[in-house]
Amino acid sequence: MLDSTSKQIVKRSGGVINPAKTCQPIGAMYAALGIHKCLPHSHGSQGCCSYHRMHLTRHFRDPIMASTSSFTEGASVFGGVANLKTAIKNVFTIYDPDIMAIHTTCLSETIGDDIPSIIKSAEIPEGKLVIHANTPSYVGSHVTGFSNMVKGMITYLAEVDVEEKKQQVNVIPGFVNPGDMREIKRIVKIMGIDSIVLPDTSGVLDAPMTGEYTMYPRGGTKIEEIKDSGNSLVTLALGSFASSDAAKELKRKCNVPEVSLKTPIGVKATDELIMSLIKKFNKEVPYELEEERGQLVDIMTDTHFHFHGKTVAIFGDPDIVIALTEYILSLGMIPVHVLTGTPGGAFEKEIKAMLLEAGIRANVKAAGDLMELHQLIKNKPVDLLIGNTYGKYIARAEDLPFVRIGFPILDRSVHSYLPVVGYKGAMRIIEMISNALLERADRDAADEDFELVM
Amino acid sequence: MAVMERKFIEERMESINIKGKKKKHLKCESESLAGCVSQRACVYCGARVVLNPITDAVHLVHGPIGCASYTWDIRGSLSSGSELYRNSFSTDLKENDVIFGGEKKLSRAIDELVLKYHPQLIFVYSTCIVGVIGDDIEAVCKAAARKHNIEIYPVQSSGFIGNKAAGYKAACEAVLKLIKPGVHLPEKKNKCINYLGDFNLAGEAWIITHYFKQIGIDVNVTFTGDASFTKLKKAIEASLNIVQCAGSMFYLAQEIEKKYNIPYLNVSFLGLEDTAQSLRKVAAYFNDPDLMERTENLIKNEIEKYGPQIAGYREKLTGKKAAVYVGGGFKAISLIKQFRELGIDVVMVGTQTGRKEEYAEIEDLVDDGTVVLDDANPAELEEFMLLKGAHLLVGGVKERPLAYKLGVAFIDHNHDRKHPLSGFVGALNFAKEVYSTVCSPVWQYVHGEGLLHEK
Ligand code: SF4
Repeated sequence: MLDSTSKQIVKRSGGVINPAKTCQPIGAMYAALGIHKCLPHSHGSQGCCSYHRMHLTRHFRDPIMASTSSFTEGASVFGGVANLKTAIKNVFTIYDPDIMAIHTTCLSETIGDDIPSIIKSAEIPEGKLVIHANTPSYVGSHVTGFSNMVKGMITYLAEVDVEEKKQQVNVIPGFVNPGDMREIKRIVKIMGIDSIVLPDTSGVLDAPMTGEYTMYPRGGTKIEEIKDSGNSLVTLALGSFASSDAAKELKRKCNVPEVSLKTPIGVKATDELIMSLIKKFNKEVPYELEEERGQLVDIMTDTHFHFHGKTVAIFGDPDIVIALTEYILSLGMIPVHVLTGTPGGAFEKEIKAMLLEAGIRANVKAAGDLMELHQLIKNKPVDLLIGNTYGKYIARAEDLPFVRIGFPILDRSVHSYLPVVGYKGAMRIIEMISNALLERADRDAADEDFELVM
Repeated sequence: MAVMERKFIEERMESINIKGKKKKHLKCESESLAGCVSQRACVYCGARVVLNPITDAVHLVHGPIGCASYTWDIRGSLSSGSELYRNSFSTDLKENDVIFGGEKKLSRAIDELVLKYHPQLIFVYSTCIVGVIGDDIEAVCKAAARKHNIEIYPVQSSGFIGNKAAGYKAACEAVLKLIKPGVHLPEKKNKCINYLGDFNLAGEAWIITHYFKQIGIDVNVTFTGDASFTKLKKAIEASLNIVQCAGSMFYLAQEIEKKYNIPYLNVSFLGLEDTAQSLRKVAAYFNDPDLMERTENLIKNEIEKYGPQIAGYREKLTGKKAAVYVGGGFKAISLIKQFRELGIDVVMVGTQTGRKEEYAEIEDLVDDGTVVLDDANPAELEEFMLLKGAHLLVGGVKERPLAYKLGVAFIDHNHDRKHPLSGFVGALNFAKEVYSTVCSPVWQYVHGEGLLHEK
């Protein structure tokens, strides 16, 4: 289907062909699902809410609950105040969440609804909470929306109520899967450090099958924990695009120092996560983690000859792509095209610095689209493509081995349960990449070159 | 099993009916309540569903990126020709465009796409904010069409101007403009029909078209499965329209009849019975004994071929209970009948956008005690599925995990379907799918004595 893509790259200014991003509200909805007993609320037309839920449902294969203000023509002319007030009332009456997290859409942003003052004048039952984030769809991407909602949680909820900071860490994991959040929690726990992971969709979007349906599964960051995050010793923001704003807000509001790290994908980024914790909390590295790291390095040495010198195109969300690029380099592979749909000069800067250090020249692009990536690949072919589901068109057209990492993945399952972060996640990535490359080598080998041991 | 305690608001009760209790008219065709977890989609969604299968068109979404991302190639309509429709085109409006207007960017987008793909046809969909920021997409499309000498149609599909049904209508308006002939009305061809309301999901339209070919009726163009610019341009050469998915195509059929004097018949190709009857109905319309004989032969052969296998499934499925939650009333009606063919009782029926007449027909069809509801939310679906002991839910993407979580089997009768469910062979596929989900061994682990159940 993308066969018709031409090699010649013409500069375009009229929008996007085959996007590598989507709009802010879906990120906000995802973040809000990481609060225990929270119902995300979409302030706009019902279509947006329906699309976001559908998209998340396809990625996580779990029910996604969110309510909508159901804008009508009247609301678009007179504003959505009445709709939102009714919505707040109805949400607590019907669905009884502990907290409702409102995000806006392009429509309510354009109309200019003033959400904080609507919340102030709304009837909110005793003991219940309503928070919000502005998520105009025409700015940034779904990652920006995620970031805005996490920041909103802090703005509304984080408090300082102790003199001296508690021996606990806030971890903002960024726009990653529940499996990743689970893994990050496990690592911090093994180190014997108390943590508040925020948001935390594990146990919500990878909840086990029990034969019963609960609208609010057991997982998610508790409201008390979010409040308590203001008392923590330090905040680790994993991935600057999705997590830094919230960490900065914690600093500003509650004076919790902030450490900005990469999403812990690969050995180096995971090391950095663990080292930061060690430094702050005066801990030893537990043997369990030493062992995992040792295993990972063992695997890397065992297999490095499969990877060395292979060229790669990587696309997806900025935090993930930055960390992946670093990891790919450590495996001896050569990133040739690195692209994100999310706008942001910081992305290009960070990747370029990494490449410079490695002595590699590559096409690095923020705010790009997949048409462009495809054309770049046509001009400079690669051995492997890494990205979300939408990469499959390019992989097919160019007959490339393809590894699915990122959001969304709509055509494979289980990915949201298993981590790509931490040493375990890094092992998994090696497994995925070698399966893709070796599968291909087997497929393409002539009979006489077909090997049993590889 | 602990059913969550919940209160339904009074207003919603008017949209729920349990047959046999008392006769009342279901409240439908109304707006969703603010604050509901509605399963409903929007105007753009409806319009896109209808137009998307037109394969060689550029479908350009004018708005911020989201709407285009979520609809990128998610509809399983198949094409025998161009694959252009499977790309995602968006003007990706940014803050500046919202402040200063997006018309210029839209013209640039059209120019660039024309240069790149040389399409004969472009649809420009307006999304939520386009009306609010005051873009005149009508004018932009007109100017661009003149400039490039191709056809460009604006689709008025801002999300808030109604629900999915309004989107169907907006799409039909665009189609009507597209099929409008020049000065002369073309000659009508005898035994030549248009087939409305099949999007060629999993190749369904091809199956039906093939039946007609075998009995000697020519299918001129399908609206809109596997349709193309040139095919659509010949639409009014047909002498009859047949309409399947009444929800989206009823309006188009009426307008074509009014304007071009092409009558229409309602048909349904879901299930053996409906398929046979629909073929007969169309054959009878042309009043040709040979044609009718060929039709009877075809029906006989097909039923002989698939009937026994379906009966085999029926044996295994008899006594099971199904819940149905689909987009339109037409499909719900067909499904109730089709489940009956499989010995399955429908205990709950709901639609997103069913019309009054359709609900009346549903009420007539179902047994006492069956729950009928309009624009249901997940809590209601759950409540009634459990209450009624449904073994199976038929629905769309968002309902699938809900059903699974309850340990209830599921079938996608929407765009995620994997096999054609139309025609005689479709009836068999349907039976197979029902069987493979309802009788899958996985449910044993859900309901069985697992670790989690030892309380
Ligand atoms: S771009 Fe705007 S209208 Fe489209 S889905 Fe996103 S918020 Fe809704």
